[in-house]
Amino acid sequence: MTSPSIVSRLCLLVLMFCCFAGTMAHADDFPERPSPARLVNDYASLLQPAEREALEQKLVAYDDSTSTQIAIVILKDIGNYEASDYAPQLAEKWGIGQKGKNNGLLILVVVETHKIFIATGYGMEGDLPDAIVKRLIEGIVKPNFKQGNYYGGLDQVTDAIIQIMAGTYKADAKGKASGNSAVFIFLAIMALIALFSFISKGGGGRNSGGGGFGGGLLAGALLGSGGFSSRGGYSGGGSSFGGFGGGGFGGGGAGGSW
Amino acid sequence: MKKIIFNVIAFAFVAAALSSCGYNSMIEKQETVDEKWSQVQNVYQRRADLIPNLVSVVKGYAKHESQTLENVIAARSRATQVTLDPDKLTPENIQKFQQAQDGLSTALGKLLMITENYPDLKANQNFLELQAQLEGTENRISVERQKFNEAVKDYNAYIRKFPNNLTAGMFGFEKKAYFEAQSGANVAPKIEF
Repeated sequence: MTSPSIVSRLCLLVLMFCCFAGTMAHADDFPERPSPARLVNDYASLLQPAEREALEQKLVAYDDSTSTQIAIVILKDIGNYEASDYAPQLAEKWGIGQKGKNNGLLILVVVETHKIFIATGYGMEGDLPDAIVKRLIEGIVKPNFKQGNYYGGLDQVTDAIIQIMAGTYKADAKGKASGNSAVFIFLAIMALIALFSFISKGGGGRNSGGGGFGGGLLAGALLGSGGFSSRGGYSGGGSSFGGFGGGGFGGGGAGGSW
Repeated sequence: MKKIIFNVIAFAFVAAALSSCGYNSMIEKQETVDEKWSQVQNVYQRRADLIPNLVSVVKGYAKHESQTLENVIAARSRATQVTLDPDKLTPENIQKFQQAQDGLSTALGKLLMITENYPDLKANQNFLELQAQLEGTENRISVERQKFNEAVKDYNAYIRKFPNNLTAGMFGFEKKAYFEAQSGANVAPKIEF
C-alpha cells in the first residue's frame, strides 16, 4: 500500500531536482570571471600556449598604460544565444573596462559555429563605431581565420584597435580616484571637530586646541590610507593583470562568421 | 546647550529611521530607472537618426520601391513623436511607445527584405556600413530594454517589501511598468542580412 506513494514521491523529487538543475544550467551559460584574472581566455584550446601568452602580455601592457581593457574569450559553443547577444552580456558580467570610463572591449570567438563578435563598451563606441568594427572583422579577422591563422587574426585586430584608440584614454595616477572621497571624509571630520569644539567651549573651552590637533592627525591618517587604496584595476606589477574594473556595455560592436 | 545636543541626536535619529525605511534607497532606485529609461529612448532615437541615410542610399538603387520607402519614413515620424517622461511609465504609456517603435521595426524589416533584390546595392560600401550600424543599434535596443527591465524589477520589488511599502505609500512611490515581449513583430526585432 505504501509503495506507490513512495514511488510517486520519488518521482516528484526527481522532477523537482530536474527543475532545479534546469535553473542552474541557465546560470552556467556564462563562464565565471577568470581567477586569477586574465585578459585572454581560451576555453577551446584554439591557441598555442605561447601565442596566448604573447597576446596576454600585449594586452596587459596596454591596460597598464591606458587603463583600456581588451579581453579575448574563445568558447567552444554558446548554446542557443546569438553571438551579438551573448558578447555584451558576458562583457558586462565580467565588468571589462574601468567603471565610469567604460573603456572595455570583448572579442568573442565561438569555435563550433565559426562566429566572432567584437563588443565595444560605452566608452569605446565613439572611436570604434559599429561600421569600423565591421571593417576590422571583414578586412582582418575573416581572411586570417579562414586560413586557420587564429593568432594572426587576433594579433592584427588588437593592433588595429590599439592604433584606432590611440590617445583616447590614459591610465590614472594611482589613488587619484579615491581623492574625492578622502576630501569628503576630511571635510566631514573638520565639521565634526568644529561642532565638538563649539559644544565643549560652552562647558570649559580649554581643550579646543588639543582637539584640533588630534583631528588633524586623524584626518592625515585617513588621507594617507586613501592614497594607498587604489582602484582594483591595477596591480602595478607590469606583467600580471590586475583584474576587470567594472565597465558597462550597451550592445555596440559588430560580428561576422568565417 | 543640552538642547543643541538633543536636537542633533533627534535629527540623527530621524534621518536613520527614514533611511531604514528605505526612503533613500527608493530615491536611488528610482533614479536608476529614470536613467535606464533615458538610455532606452536614446537608442531608439539613434535608430531613427540612421534611417534618413539608409533611405537615401536605398533610393539610389531601388527607385521602384517608393511605397516601401515612404512607409519607412512615415513609421519613423510616428515613432519619433512618441516620447515618454520617466515619471509616466505606466503600462499603457509603455505599450503606446512600444507600438510606435514596433511599427518602425516592421517597416524597416520590409525595406531590408527588398534590398535582397538589388545586388548592386548589397555591394555598396556605404550600405554595408549602414547595415552594420543598424544591426548594432537593434542590438543596443535589446540590451538597454533588458537593463531597463532589470532596474524596474529591482525598484518594484523594493517598494513592495515590508516595511518599505509603508514609506512608498506615504511618499507616493508607484510601481513602474516593464517592456513586455509581445507576440510577432517585436520579439527581438531580428534583422538578417
